[in-house]
Amino acid sequence: MAFFALKQVTKAFGGLVAVKEVSYEINQGQIAAMIGPNGAGKSTAFNLVTGLYVPTSGGIEFDGLEIAGKKPDYVCKLGIARTFQNIRLFAFMSALENVMAGRHVRMTAMLWDSLLHTPKQKAEEKRVREQAMELLRFVGLERHADDFAHNLPYGYQRRLEIARALASEPKLLLLDEPAAGMNPREKEGLVDLIRAIRDRGTTVFLIEHDMGLVMNISERIAVLDHGEKIAEGTPEQIRSDDKVIEAYLGTSA
Amino acid sequence: MNKKKKKLRPADIVMIALAVFMPFLPLVDHNGGHITVLVNAGVYMMLAIGLNIVVGFAGLLDLGYAAFFAIGSYTYAMVASPQFGLHFSFWPMIFVSAAVAALFGIILGAPTLRLRGDYLAIVTLGFGEIVPQTFLNLQKITGGPNGISAIDQPKIFGYHFGLNPVPYYYLVLVLVALSLVFANNLRTSRLGRAWMAIREDEIAAAHMGVNTTTAKLAAFSLGASFSGLSGVVNASLLTLVSPDQFKFNVSITVLSMLVLGGMGSLPGVVLGSALLSLLNFFILPQAGNLVAMVGLHVDFTQYRFMLYGIILVCIMLFKPEGLWGAEQRKAELKEHDDKAVIAAENAEYEDMPRESM
Repeated sequence: MAFFALKQVTKAFGGLVAVKEVSYEINQGQIAAMIGPNGAGKSTAFNLVTGLYVPTSGGIEFDGLEIAGKKPDYVCKLGIARTFQNIRLFAFMSALENVMAGRHVRMTAMLWDSLLHTPKQKAEEKRVREQAMELLRFVGLERHADDFAHNLPYGYQRRLEIARALASEPKLLLLDEPAAGMNPREKEGLVDLIRAIRDRGTTVFLIEHDMGLVMNISERIAVLDHGEKIAEGTPEQIRSDDKVIEAYLGTSA
Repeated sequence: MNKKKKKLRPADIVMIALAVFMPFLPLVDHNGGHITVLVNAGVYMMLAIGLNIVVGFAGLLDLGYAAFFAIGSYTYAMVASPQFGLHFSFWPMIFVSAAVAALFGIILGAPTLRLRGDYLAIVTLGFGEIVPQTFLNLQKITGGPNGISAIDQPKIFGYHFGLNPVPYYYLVLVLVALSLVFANNLRTSRLGRAWMAIREDEIAAAHMGVNTTTAKLAAFSLGASFSGLSGVVNASLLTLVSPDQFKFNVSITVLSMLVLGGMGSLPGVVLGSALLSLLNFFILPQAGNLVAMVGLHVDFTQYRFMLYGIILVCIMLFKPEGLWGAEQRKAELKEHDDKAVIAAENAEYEDMPRESM
């Protein structure tokens, strides 16, 4: 049984089939990627995994459970966290608060604890604050803990989103175009960060346009075009795949 | 980080000063009229603190908040008056009433969960109208248009509150202080962060594991519970409740207090509700008396809503985050100004050439 698997997943919006019978398996501890031209259905696939969309047909398996059609907060609780293509931070909360909010699902304070600030709540709050600082340090943002997320430079916002996602202690981290808008230097840093995340024991599944980055870090790659998977394999296999070259460069007439 | 936590903010200093000063006020000021003004201000302050949880913290625009005030007031009125011959004790009813209002917060909140922004505002506006209408028409239970009168006043250790506003003053002072502590605790807790996350980006909040359904219902019900407290005090203070006390203008008055003081900011809420209450219950009536001395007869209280309008327009023009706004709101509004610039910047990012494949 695979750690994570898309099983013949299809998503249709009316007549438009955004994702068509896509299957893809990822093993624990891997860095896996999904690539494809704009509009190929990559982000839709992510949205199906995290429960933003319900698949028209097919299934999604994670850690032995069927998660297709489950709500986002439930999926997060099971251990899947994500970042967004168009950064969706809590813009007017501090960086630290963003990460602490990301920890929500692993906290136990009930309404009563929140209302009365019971000793249990205080202890938890302190622990969560420390853990959040730890994560900010991990992504290199400890100096910006008190800044509003909105005021951070673009590259930092992407890192903060990763820290927020990690706060929920995911077993699987979905990164939706993490390098978009980054300069080459920032991209290098990102590669190191993604590797470090994997080394912490989190499986990484990313969507990316930057082929250099994908080929560099991925162990397994699936290629989507017009909602269908046209190839899957190691970076070497993908690089020499005729269908992939065709999808990206067009056929030479 | 820790040293920052220890530092006293101006808000803390003002709150401490007020906490020290306010209990002695009735000893200095023997004018019962002044004390009554403050009691009324306190009633509204509790409402504002409650509404701030829904609107300020969770970002859910509620235009029918007076409904919960009505429910809180009627809950006490029905069980502590000749209406049904019941005379329950005041003190436990504070909590019962808050719980009943909280329950109705959930009942009225549940159908609105999928709604946002304007749509939510319209539906809550509807609820705000339906509830007093219901009380108006349930003649047998609520006394219809006449409402319920001769409501019991609290007594403690054999002492009857009666017409003396001073014991009410202390009661309201304690309840307002407790409300502020609770609201502040909520703000800096797991639940408060979840509310703010929903306010900032509901989809991202859900993806971070926040159950948006329960978090929103918690906001509606906790917000409503404060108006339950307020309602009990209001009913026993006036010894009369009737449907026309809970009209739309109450919801708007409370919302105006938040806008004036600063949404989402507790010091702002205190300041806003204090200022507007003072205007309502003191300045406007006094202004009438003042001009009467020179032989003019103007009822300034008639112009209340015109004044609110002017005040709100001025606030929006000169200090849109409110007199004592939250930092977060200030930044947000500034961003609004810079929106054109930011849109241009974002467009630039989108146009940036992708790395070669």
